[in-house]
Amino acid sequence: MSQEMKVIVFKIKDKEYAIPVDKVSGIEKLLHITRVPKAVRFVKGVINLRGVITPIIDLRVRFGFEEVEYDDSTRIIIVILDDMEVGLIVDSANDVLDIPVNSIEPQPEVVGHLASEYISGVAKIDKRLLVLINLENALSLEVTENILKEG
Amino acid sequence: MDMNQYLEVFIEESKEHLQTASEQLLVLEKNPEDLSIVNEIFRSAHTLKGMSATMGYEDLANLTHKMENVLDAIRNSQITLTPEVFDVIFLAVDDLEAMVMSIAEGGDGKRDVSKVVHQLDLIEKGESPISTSAVEVAATSAVLDTEEMIEGEYDEFEWTVLQQSKEQGFNSFEITIALRADCLLKAARVFMVFEVLEKSGEVIKSQPPVELLEEEQFDQQFTVTMITKESSEELKNEIMKVSEVDNVVMHTLDLEGVRHAVNVKEDQIAGMDNEEQTADNAIMLSSDVKEKKKQPSVKPASSKTIRVNIERLDILMNLFEELVIDRGRLDQISNDLDNQELHETVERMSRITSDLQTIVLNMRMVPVETVFNRFPKMVRQLARDLNKKVELEITGAETELDRTVIDEIGDPLVHLLRNAMDHGIETPEERLAKGKTEEGKIHLKAYHSGNHVFIEIDDDGAGINKERVLNKALSNGIVTRETAGTLTDKQIYELIFASGFSTAETISDVSGRGVGLDVVKNTIESLGGSVTIDSKEDEGSIFLIQLPLTLSIISVMLVAIQNEKYAIPLSSIIETAIIKKEDILNAHNQQVIDFRGKVLPLLFLKDIFEVPISQAEEEFLSVVIVRKGDKLAGLVVDSFIGQLEVVLKSLGNYLTSAFAISGATILGDGQVALIIDCNTLIH
Repeated sequence: MSQEMKVIVFKIKDKEYAIPVDKVSGIEKLLHITRVPKAVRFVKGVINLRGVITPIIDLRVRFGFEEVEYDDSTRIIIVILDDMEVGLIVDSANDVLDIPVNSIEPQPEVVGHLASEYISGVAKIDKRLLVLINLENALSLEVTENILKEG
Repeated sequence: MDMNQYLEVFIEESKEHLQTASEQLLVLEKNPEDLSIVNEIFRSAHTLKGMSATMGYEDLANLTHKMENVLDAIRNSQITLTPEVFDVIFLAVDDLEAMVMSIAEGGDGKRDVSKVVHQLDLIEKGESPISTSAVEVAATSAVLDTEEMIEGEYDEFEWTVLQQSKEQGFNSFEITIALRADCLLKAARVFMVFEVLEKSGEVIKSQPPVELLEEEQFDQQFTVTMITKESSEELKNEIMKVSEVDNVVMHTLDLEGVRHAVNVKEDQIAGMDNEEQTADNAIMLSSDVKEKKKQPSVKPASSKTIRVNIERLDILMNLFEELVIDRGRLDQISNDLDNQELHETVERMSRITSDLQTIVLNMRMVPVETVFNRFPKMVRQLARDLNKKVELEITGAETELDRTVIDEIGDPLVHLLRNAMDHGIETPEERLAKGKTEEGKIHLKAYHSGNHVFIEIDDDGAGINKERVLNKALSNGIVTRETAGTLTDKQIYELIFASGFSTAETISDVSGRGVGLDVVKNTIESLGGSVTIDSKEDEGSIFLIQLPLTLSIISVMLVAIQNEKYAIPLSSIIETAIIKKEDILNAHNQQVIDFRGKVLPLLFLKDIFEVPISQAEEEFLSVVIVRKGDKLAGLVVDSFIGQLEVVLKSLGNYLTSAFAISGATILGDGQVALIIDCNTLIH
């Protein structure tokens, strides 16, 4: 029997991504976002998450995809990183999966133009390909600078 | 046993006991005769000793124990209180505080306290702590302690009894009984010893007093004075029959010796030549003390409180805001449905929530006392360091402020007090020369007024020398010669808050450490407060600090910029104005307006904040005139929404450096509005 990892699966632009469930504190429907002037481009602003001001990141912008209008399926995944709560805007989120740890492959070359810093691995389950997000790097403001320069 | 869960309680309570000790020491210094105060300090020290021993902080327990010994000797009138003795006890309290702080910060509470311990030992032996180097330290032994006990003082009554019994052929003994170190029921042994003694004579004095012996408030040994017809050998044998008695030292009391001992003691401690002092005098003195001792000590009324972690209060506050927002929605729904019963319920709920809000906010209020109570000791120490005489008067310590303000206000106040002591109050000689009393006076005052708390630091010192301030400001380039002539007195005084300013000609230990009053001003302004000075040369200065009651709730003006809402703190706003577009003037790429004869730069917030444009510009501009210090600017917005009280929230750790935004708040509709930081907008 192999070890399994529980992940939240979400979609951006027809691709499926995953975050370990222990990093996620909730999934919210779209709330009113207040823009923060002169913040980095992928920081959409802040929301009122049950009384706590929570910054919101648009993962599409973060990953360098084109922006789309938010719709009914748009979700905000609230993740916790180093005691900070940050919301991630994704196209949709509707799955919780157990993936065998040994099905995770480290090399993310298959993922196309998505910067590999954001990715900690890929998992192939049946015919689905899940991209595991490296949250630390995806949220880090420093890594961003490099990628923006390269991009 | 896992001690961690008790650690927090231990630290808090230790701090409290040390605070009590410091406070009472200061009171005692003013009334050295009142031994009930010593009891108070003793109690604190004793509890602290017990607690730290239980928690395993040996160093802390040991030092407290030494201090306790000295206190014990003081309250039994074996040691006279001199300024030197006070200094050493204060030092010991300082060390204890440092140890507790070290524990609070996760350390082991260890500290080199050999010097203080040595000085305490000296005092305990009745020697002057000053002559530390001259006196050789002897290891504390039972014998030495016994010797010391023999020098104990007797009041007039006891002395008379001793004298009369001697005339009637009784022997007077001082008997020091040492119990075994592993003795479990000390009080029981004491009882048995006393029974033996009372069979053969009369105990007229015990050291420590009987009530303390009964409470086991003594170490391994105690001394009794008794009159008996039995011989010392017989008596000794009888006492040794009591089990767990380690050692008995008998000492025949020589009445001449008692008199002599009292005299020597006075000499040693006061350091005065008291050869002529008669025994009668000494006895008068000690009976005097005895009388004071009998005064009942006034116990401070204890209020029932519970310690709550501030984080829990924050959580409560957050939940509460959710409730308030939902209340707003309910209000809306009930209006739409127009149902009488629903109306009433919602109204009732509104009332309850606003009551609740007051309670939640009040829970965060802390009396300013928690900051003030460390000042008397600091002022005392500083006065001694600076060779000045200063009296600190504190009023309004019960004034309450929000916890967040309390945490921040301590350092600025320390700075202003140091400033008043160093630059304000003159030396006793200078004061006498000026016809003032030798002792300077600093008055620290806190009071409520409106939505603010004021803290005043008022000294009767030298005041501020205008010329010196001006010259310094000129030489540092803070003001130009032209503007210097136009400054009012008050404006000149305010110059000392400019950065890089210090009028101290010599850099002293106290101030001039590179941290100027500008830091004080900045800290206070960052709290949403302000500080002003008034001064009169040779009469003194007043620093007046104005603080908001709470940092978590501020009054703001809500404004709209296109479709976005922003809040501007009312404390920065001078006024609002509507101006016509054609009144805008151009100067150096900067749009300005003429505002009552003053040229004000205009800042278009929609450009600065890059707000998406969705509405056409109007004929009239809404301008909020804000200030930063003396500088004014007009912030152009689209419309004013109104004034409201909002709960200030931080943007969190992720967005630490948002441009020109000091925080956020949640509006009634659940949306977030950002709070504009006017200080960063004005350069």
